[in-house]
Amino acid sequence: MIQCKTSKEIGGMGHSVKRKEDDRFVHGKGTYVDDIQLKGMLFMDIARSPYAYAKIKNINKDLAMAVDGVLAVITGKDLEQYNLHWMPTLMSDTQMVLPTDTVMHQGQEVAAIIATSREAARDGREALVPGIEYEVMKPIVDPFKALDDDAPLLRPDKEGQKDNQAWHWEVGQKEETEKIFAEADVVVKEQMHIPRIHVASIETCGIVADYDKVQNHLTTHLTTQAPHAIRTVIALVAGHVGLTEEKIRVIAHDIGGGFGGKVPVFPGYVIAIAATFLIGKPVKWIEDRSDNLTNSFARDYHITAEMAGTKDGKILASRMKVLADHGYTDGAANPSKFPTGMFSIGTGSYDYKHAFMEADAIYTNKPPGGVAYRCSFRVTEAVHAIERITDRFALEIGKDPAELRSENFIKKEDFPWQSPTGWEYDSGDYQAGLDLAMKTVEYDKLRVEQKAKWKEGKLMGIGLSTFTEIVGAGPSKDFDILGIKMFDSAEIRVHPTGKAIARFGTKSQGQGHETTYAQIIAEELGIPSKDIQIEEGDTDPAPYGLGTYASRSTPTAGAAAAIAARKLRDKAKKIAAYLLEVSEDDLEWEPGKWFVKGAPEKAKTIQELVFAAYTNHPQGMEGGFEATHYYDPPNLTFPSGAYICVVDIDPDTFEIKVRRFVAIDDAGHIINPMVAQGQVHGGLTQGIAPAMYEEIIYDEDGNALNGTLMDYLVPTAVESPNWETGHTVTPSPHHPIGAKGIGESPTVGAPPAIANAIIDALRPYGITHLDIPITPYKVFKALKEKGVLDKDITGFEA
Amino acid sequence: MTKEITVTINGEEHTHEVESRTLLVHFIREIAELTGTHIGCDTSSCGACTILIDGKSAKSCTILAVQVNGKNVTTVEGLATTEGVHPIQEGFKENHGLHCGFCTSGMMMRCVELLENNPNPTEEEIRWGISGNLCRCTGYNNIVKAVQYAGAKLRGDELPSTEPVFVE
Repeated sequence: MIQCKTSKEIGGMGHSVKRKEDDRFVHGKGTYVDDIQLKGMLFMDIARSPYAYAKIKNINKDLAMAVDGVLAVITGKDLEQYNLHWMPTLMSDTQMVLPTDTVMHQGQEVAAIIATSREAARDGREALVPGIEYEVMKPIVDPFKALDDDAPLLRPDKEGQKDNQAWHWEVGQKEETEKIFAEADVVVKEQMHIPRIHVASIETCGIVADYDKVQNHLTTHLTTQAPHAIRTVIALVAGHVGLTEEKIRVIAHDIGGGFGGKVPVFPGYVIAIAATFLIGKPVKWIEDRSDNLTNSFARDYHITAEMAGTKDGKILASRMKVLADHGYTDGAANPSKFPTGMFSIGTGSYDYKHAFMEADAIYTNKPPGGVAYRCSFRVTEAVHAIERITDRFALEIGKDPAELRSENFIKKEDFPWQSPTGWEYDSGDYQAGLDLAMKTVEYDKLRVEQKAKWKEGKLMGIGLSTFTEIVGAGPSKDFDILGIKMFDSAEIRVHPTGKAIARFGTKSQGQGHETTYAQIIAEELGIPSKDIQIEEGDTDPAPYGLGTYASRSTPTAGAAAAIAARKLRDKAKKIAAYLLEVSEDDLEWEPGKWFVKGAPEKAKTIQELVFAAYTNHPQGMEGGFEATHYYDPPNLTFPSGAYICVVDIDPDTFEIKVRRFVAIDDAGHIINPMVAQGQVHGGLTQGIAPAMYEEIIYDEDGNALNGTLMDYLVPTAVESPNWETGHTVTPSPHHPIGAKGIGESPTVGAPPAIANAIIDALRPYGITHLDIPITPYKVFKALKEKGVLDKDITGFEA
Repeated sequence: MTKEITVTINGEEHTHEVESRTLLVHFIREIAELTGTHIGCDTSSCGACTILIDGKSAKSCTILAVQVNGKNVTTVEGLATTEGVHPIQEGFKENHGLHCGFCTSGMMMRCVELLENNPNPTEEEIRWGISGNLCRCTGYNNIVKAVQYAGAKLRGDELPSTEPVFVE
């Protein structure tokens, strides 16, 4: 399945090389932001609003200042003097750093307390909270009510803002699609909510901001997935007070999980930077878990999904209408020209020519966000909608959902394929993935078993998801964040003795770049991957890049590594020709050496050639052995997957048990099968999480009802089933190493497979849709509403 | 209010005057300067701070430093010896039982006690045994493998393969 071109010693692509980063982690020697201790360091805590929507009447700072060790209390009014009380979001909206008059969501930052110890800062927070007086207002919690005539205008600060709509977006062929829907034999429609969730990486967010007044230099130790972009944002926000970009160093050390939640700039970062700038001492802020869970979010899309088709199962068109609850500002992290991210991938893996999608973003009194949960750009929402509505269509016409998918797949010979919403899918073999998944679970046998189970009144379901992903943002003609093009970079330096260091604009948060990037370079250059050290995260030495999220590292920086290595291989060839006294045309490459065609004993190893670059290079050639490449992808990459989930539901307690889950991914060429599989395992658990367990719930007053890890159910090893995974390999034709990216696919593909399985189990009772997370209670309620719980349910004939 | 306490961490005595409210995890991280023990929540839910107190695993964010006065604490930094790494450390590395590394210290400490109490646990026993520790990266499959590997090593049995298994 996965073939290697290099020896195990070289350890290039396809080898399950053990991870280099693990030695420090298993010894407890990682460096996370809270591990940073600097001389004279101060601590920051943040007092937050208990109300979702309120005017601030007064803040009695004296209460906090009276606490031993408290040095300062910073409010919005203080920051206003420096014009630092608002900041731009990555979507060109605006977000309060600290409010001057109005709080917009429960948990919003109201004042920061700076103290000599963590405890003193917390004591200051506790003392300050009763001293903040509010005038409480009625919040808008339900996005469907935000556009009512009597709804208060939440963002009067925004010029020209007349209502609570942030923006409208649409794509596709509206009129043709409407016509198809009007004339189609079969039309199905479901209203679905993709709930508000949080990545809950085990490490929360944090910063140690360290300003040197004498040198006018700021160092920030920061939990960021995009250190270079953050440096630029800091310079844009704080340039007017003299902090320009060459005076700013952002260092992301080890990060305890990111999943997209560490892409944005959070108010806490900016306050800490303002505090160190004003005080001249390092300031540490580490976010509490509860604050973390209730201050940003992912998803929260209300989708009306529709599909039109023929009675015999040909999909003709799809239509999606989204109401996007963004909280009080659009704090998402999409490419600037794509307010719904890559939602328009939602025509899926199916061959039809017409679709129309639209979205309206709404302001409410909830935390801002719309950022990622292991999928940055709204692909999960789109895939859930298309995979659910495809199942709904199959149910409507009485066709097996696997058969319906097969009949409608884009065929492998039809790539590159133009989607109705404007994408050019690079490659895929969807049927191969589905065949392998079906063979593995023994699909036909399962359907026979299911019929027997239903007859006995037992609840068993089989769910599929055959999704297409869209990652690797992105080509500079369309993709930028705040104007900065979304290329990424690699710089390789090979030392005279043949060992290398390579630096990147991305930043691993657990993906294993220190191992996998070294394998890409080893593949191209033949230097053993163990001899190549990888560095990321420090903006001073590393080349500029837009960071690690949305499965973009391998498609962008991975490509940059390959191309930079090829530049070096070409240089090595010139040196080899010089040393072997032959023409370059007479040379042939095998991993690790150039040799003379037909005379393999006449060869120079890459190590010899590198040494010569420093000691005996041809006259006129630039010395040294270094290369840099900034990779601008020609297209996005389109990984895909075929997932099958089998569930059993206890007919008495409605406990849902995932009996089997088989995930076949196609991410093109795989760099390290062990690491890729680990990504799939982890992504699947972050797929079952929103499908069955996670949702941040708000009451009508805007109170978050489950803002701690005691009641926000991150799956443990018990909830997480044993994942069975495999690959088909359809390389990306435009990517230098044919790779597509893997990290977020499983989180994108798993929820509809699970939801489809649960709904399939309940199919005999007329249930056609349930919103995720599907809990035992939701199943109970749905069956109760259908009136089946009072009846004998045995004897159902499928 | 402060109190002088002596805690033995990884065989080394640490005597300090601490506030009575000082949490053990802060004592370990900031006074003993052993930052391998992490903090991931404020409700004793995540287990990133798990350590051993006299050989029993405990969440050090839920214990006051004064409560362990005179006791023996083992943290992740105490797992390896001059002989080499502990089998659980080897198990995690060889089986890709970690990604970001943040939960790993606590997870391994929990697994050490799990294997001491149950040297040859079933998969289900492992899953329940680590259910007080959250991992957001790995999906747990490979943590189970890591524990099985470490168990085999501790028992002196043949080591299971660490190659990833794919459906084909």
